[in-house]
Amino acid sequence: MGAGHSLHHPGSSVVHRLPAHVKIVVTFLLVLAVVATPREAFWIFGEHLGLLVGIWVAARLPVASIAVRSLIEAPFVVLAVLLPFAAAGPRVEWLGLSLSYDGLLAGWNILVKGTLGVLISVTLGMTTPVRDLLSGLGRLRVPGMVTTIATLMVRYLEVIVAEARRMRLARVARGHDPRFLWQIGPTVRGVGTLFLRSYERGERVHLAMLARGYTGAMPVTDDAGATRRTWARALVPAVVAVLGAATGYALT
Amino acid sequence: MESDSAVVAMHMSDGIVNAPVSLAFGVVAVVGPAFCVARARRDLDDRTAPLAGLVAAFVFAVQMLNFPVLPGVSGHLLGGALTAILVGPYVGALCVAIVLALQALLFADGGLSALGTNITNMALIGTFVGFAVAVAMRPLARRGRAGLLTTAFVAAWVNTVVASLGFVAEYALGGEGLALGTVFGLMTGFHALIGIGEGIITALTVGAVAAVRPDLVYLLRGQRPDLEIRTAQETSR
Repeated sequence: MGAGHSLHHPGSSVVHRLPAHVKIVVTFLLVLAVVATPREAFWIFGEHLGLLVGIWVAARLPVASIAVRSLIEAPFVVLAVLLPFAAAGPRVEWLGLSLSYDGLLAGWNILVKGTLGVLISVTLGMTTPVRDLLSGLGRLRVPGMVTTIATLMVRYLEVIVAEARRMRLARVARGHDPRFLWQIGPTVRGVGTLFLRSYERGERVHLAMLARGYTGAMPVTDDAGATRRTWARALVPAVVAVLGAATGYALT
Repeated sequence: MESDSAVVAMHMSDGIVNAPVSLAFGVVAVVGPAFCVARARRDLDDRTAPLAGLVAAFVFAVQMLNFPVLPGVSGHLLGGALTAILVGPYVGALCVAIVLALQALLFADGGLSALGTNITNMALIGTFVGFAVAVAMRPLARRGRAGLLTTAFVAAWVNTVVASLGFVAEYALGGEGLALGTVFGLMTGFHALIGIGEGIITALTVGAVAAVRPDLVYLLRGQRPDLEIRTAQETSR
């Protein structure tokens, strides 16, 4: 996870052009539908994946970069792989390993839902620039204080990362040899200084903003309201996914 | 930091707890921060909101700093106690909640359906319990630098372990697969170790800030000696 540069993959497809707040709502509905699908309804998860592939085709997203951006999920896979060994309940013999049946199902549950969840979030992140995401949250009635803090956070993040890079460079210039574990000590000791430097820089930035007429809210530059037709079209995948989850319930 | 070993992060992914429990904690994660927004207005004005943004950005940046716990296992800072000590519990909880929401939306770090449980654990439980510990130890913190560092360390350690207990409770409500005792042992064990790293970073950061800008430490507010105003004649005497 690199700081500052988000997942965004610029484009001009139908999915890219959808207003951000519509995409946020659809994303949450899709993830909830996936999580609500019973774990034994195996083929429904295939349907969810098919739906996602459809969205990727419509958004013209390269599969390779989706895969790279999904690697963030890796830690959870470890938990999913451990479950069949650690869980209680009736056991299944497989390749000489004694695995718990419940554990296998629970592991599959986390693996498939975690993976689909990450893929859905990555799709949102790749098709929506950070700025639009934040104004989309504002459109969804998230309080102004929250979106202001979030907007400034995203802006200050690069300031902090750049400051950290300068401090590291300064350490190296003074004979520090940053390698693997040994750099943790000096980095941790520098965290307090990093905070102070960024804080004071933030104060200066803020004074500069006030001097230029900042009133406590960033001006809204896009007026991307959504018509009823846009909503109707965008909600199609969400409805399909919810129906899939419902079918899963009916069948199991 | 650059090691490719397995990472046990605090963030929960989708599918660890079931949909009803995720939704219930989603409600908690809306109501809790909404309450914090209302209370934070007292601590924050237009002048300080950008500084809250900076604290949030700092937590975001430091959460990427992973430290090794055991071979193959590393943890990252949660930042709850740190933000609570520096900017107060309401703004602090808000900052951590914003960090978690943006991590899920921008980087797919932590599942969207698990956002409710993640915010409950790390932003609400962690921050408020961490701050309660810090307030309880405030007399010690006011005594001097060593006391302040100890307070910050203990608050951060408790914050980490209690946040992991939140995970255990949610797993008990809506998770399946592992025996509860195993989950409890694993989570508290790991986080008791992760908490040491969290405590060290928190103590060092708070110590550095208190040494240079004690006015920025919320926990120590009201401690500054009053500004003494003397007239020119008084000073020349």
